[in-house]
Amino acid sequence: MDGEVLTEQETALYDRQIRVWGVDTQRRLSKAHILVCGMKGTVAEFCKNIVLAGVSSLTLVDDRVATEEAISANFLIPPDENAYGGKTLAELCCDSLKDFNPMVRVSVEKGDVSSFGGDFFDKYDVVVASCCSLATKKSINEKCRKLSKHIAFYTVDCRDSCGEIFVDLQHHRYSKKKLDENIECQLQYPSIEEAISVPWRALPRKVTKLYFAMRVMERFEEVEKRNPGDVSSADLPGILKLKKELCEANSLNESHVPDKLLERLVMCTREFPPVCAIIGGILGQEVIKAISGKGEPLKNFFFFDAMDGKGIIEDISSPDSGS
Amino acid sequence: MASQQQLSAIKGSRVLMVGAGGIGCELLKTLALSGFQDIHIIDMDTIEVSNLNRQFLFRQSHVGQSKAKVAREAVLKFRPHIKITPYHGNVKDPDFNVDFFKQFNVVLNGLDNLDARRHVNRLSLAAEVPLVESGTTGFLGQVTVHVKGRTECYECQPKPAPKTYPVCTITSTPSKFVHCIVWAKDLLFAKLFGDKNQENDLNVHSTDAASSSEQAEDAFERRKDEDIEQYGRRIYDHVFGYNIEVALSNEETWKNRNRPRPVYSRDVMLNGLAQQNGNISDKNCAMDDPSSVSAMASLGMKNPQDIWSLMENSRIFLEAFKLFFVKREKEIGNLTFDKDDQLAVEFVTTAANIRASSFGIPLHSLFEAKGIAGNIVHAVATTNAIIAGLIVIEAIKVLQNDTNNYRMTYCLEHPTRKMLLMPVEPFEPNKSCYVCSETPLTLEINTHRAKLRDFVEKIVKAKLGMYFPLIMHGPALLYEVGDDLDEDMVANYAANLEKVLCELPSPITSGITITVEDLKQELTCNINIKHREEFDEEKEPDGMLLSGWTQSSSVENDDNKSIGNGGSTSNAAQTVPDDSEKNDEMGSVPSGKKRKLSEVPDAAAQDFSSVTDGSRNHKKLEVVDDDDDLLMLDADPGINKKKRLQ
Repeated sequence: MDGEVLTEQETALYDRQIRVWGVDTQRRLSKAHILVCGMKGTVAEFCKNIVLAGVSSLTLVDDRVATEEAISANFLIPPDENAYGGKTLAELCCDSLKDFNPMVRVSVEKGDVSSFGGDFFDKYDVVVASCCSLATKKSINEKCRKLSKHIAFYTVDCRDSCGEIFVDLQHHRYSKKKLDENIECQLQYPSIEEAISVPWRALPRKVTKLYFAMRVMERFEEVEKRNPGDVSSADLPGILKLKKELCEANSLNESHVPDKLLERLVMCTREFPPVCAIIGGILGQEVIKAISGKGEPLKNFFFFDAMDGKGIIEDISSPDSGS
Repeated sequence: MASQQQLSAIKGSRVLMVGAGGIGCELLKTLALSGFQDIHIIDMDTIEVSNLNRQFLFRQSHVGQSKAKVAREAVLKFRPHIKITPYHGNVKDPDFNVDFFKQFNVVLNGLDNLDARRHVNRLSLAAEVPLVESGTTGFLGQVTVHVKGRTECYECQPKPAPKTYPVCTITSTPSKFVHCIVWAKDLLFAKLFGDKNQENDLNVHSTDAASSSEQAEDAFERRKDEDIEQYGRRIYDHVFGYNIEVALSNEETWKNRNRPRPVYSRDVMLNGLAQQNGNISDKNCAMDDPSSVSAMASLGMKNPQDIWSLMENSRIFLEAFKLFFVKREKEIGNLTFDKDDQLAVEFVTTAANIRASSFGIPLHSLFEAKGIAGNIVHAVATTNAIIAGLIVIEAIKVLQNDTNNYRMTYCLEHPTRKMLLMPVEPFEPNKSCYVCSETPLTLEINTHRAKLRDFVEKIVKAKLGMYFPLIMHGPALLYEVGDDLDEDMVANYAANLEKVLCELPSPITSGITITVEDLKQELTCNINIKHREEFDEEKEPDGMLLSGWTQSSSVENDDNKSIGNGGSTSNAAQTVPDDSEKNDEMGSVPSGKKRKLSEVPDAAAQDFSSVTDGSRNHKKLEVVDDDDDLLMLDADPGINKKKRLQ
């Protein structure tokens, strides 16, 4: 088989997207291996996008058993308890995803992702972590960074009608179009640990409030040893108190973390499907960029809040790291 | 997450989706997940393989089936209890009239062409149903909200009309590859394989070529007992050789242009290769399926991305020509170009390339040529998904009448001021918008009894207050008042006044719309006519009933806001409305020598380029920051770098 050319089947199927990103990108996609953990609505959207794009393989990790709440924003899982009862989220999503593109190998990996070692992650080019504690995210990120292979690492989470994406491409070389030329560029990304360690007062004044709000939620779950997203209205006082403490500790004016915003994130733990679609779409685009090495990837956080409708990129890195 | 209030508004709503394609699939899925329970969806298309990269509700096994129907089935799998009503039909069908639209709380468009968008815009306005418009091309997309009286309608800002090219550019002086494609597709392909009775400009020259056109007619006909290969080469030599020589003979044309080079088959082909052609194409005999016939394949050229040489293009051209006659003879005389017809694409590509070669224009691959010839819009799933999410967010606002929060949202490829998704406030309605400038009215009238005079006196003058009206039915001018009319016209109009509506030269009957314009007042009124037999003599003594009139609310110009408060960016160019540019894209028929020969895709991106038309910028775009810093941008946030389609 001529390795230079896509198969006839691929050419016919991918025609419209090849016209967007070119044959070279399509070829690179066909060699990429993706790992995803935490199968909620947003991640389901991302998986759909990346399978349609035509990657080589997609591996799903999520041993949680399906519940009505877990699948409420997940279009990959039929809401029939007879059908989903007893199966894990990963298994259910896997069955549906396979249908979207027979050329992509979709499979399930069982186990606790925080226990997997570097040799496990080495099999992948892209790792997306969702529904994980901060500790788990940091751990996966570190394991990926220790490998010589450049693994693109992402986290994604949606709460209420807000969404957050974090990107770590380590040292990333890419090309982008300037006028009629292609120019070579590079970016240096901090790890998630490095990024969120940047003192709040050192950040630009206009950093979106959602960044801080998400950190408060994250910290609360860490301190209270909760599963991600496992908060309720009863926790609101505690969260507001924690916010005060964090703002003080960081010498940050409290107005940067509005109570109303935190309230929203606490009161509503279910995902909002339109936001899942938006975040899943942005994440899909970013992963395709990272794999192809074409186009400037976002660095390093993306936020969306349906209340104001803005999709914002924030560069949260200390002045000496990052370019 | 949607609040209780939002959820109940969603649950009780009925929405119309127009389009079940790229945006449609994503939208239907997101609507269903978001709690919508009564969704109607119109789409006239059937599923094709090239859809499957993004229209994820469809599978290979669905190819050929109705998009609307299959989309519904797929969504019911994960939301079995909602109601989805599919319509496999064209939204322009008369069945989808104003009454049809009136049953919905909001209309959501996922269309791919300007015509249909305008149509839905007008119906939505007439039905007074809010419309959420959207479009995507590649990584770009946008969502806009249109609510009659509150925001611009879809046509308030002129949308660029499909690109047309002057006939002489196509026939004599191409300078771009697209000109060669149009020549190959609409002239050569049409001449050889299409309807013979169709008028064809193929032999139109700058000079009077009356005598040679007689010869030319013969040239395209296959001579008695002419060998197919000979026939092919003769055509080749005629269009790429002889016709160029003739064109060259007119010195004037080439004074300031590069002269083309005639190309003859003998120059580019070696006899040995002609033999080779014959051998290889025998392999095709085994294949009966006309759709799999391919000149490329029979010559062993595998890669549609390759840019072939003049010789390779010539070989494939002749092979494709031959295959049409050998394998698809029955279709000849009936064929129209279809981008999914492999052989047609090969023929047009190679013909365009040979011509391009003559004129010193760079050659293109089959892949590229197909895109141009087929008006293919490039598309990916991710952008459609993002746009679908944004559409649903706006739709929910519409259901709640959350008017202050309506946004137009742009999905950018490159961030502007850190934003990849940029919301802006909608514009106010354009007072001179052809379509929404005045309320579309409904007139109930007995079209068999009422005369035009009655209409003019009782409605146009008395009710609408238009004293210098122009009354039109489509392009037909039924009546007008003016100083500069000539006698014949005046007499004609006088005669019309005495005629009963349904007996006018352009009959006014139930279901049609007439336009009443008053140029002095810059007022245009579209009136939908509804025939009614009887009228109450007491309550409706005029014998006609006009409805739908609302006082146009004076919109406040928020002058405070338009002065830069938080400091303007360097983009904050203040553009002055240019009155000399008319928004009349409806009536724009290219005049003079230009004649519409072909159309360029109406990519959603064209909607962006309309925003760059800074000709009327009566309201500044404002991106509202949390901190109430109002930042000024010009009408084209970050899109101004995008090139207009040439």
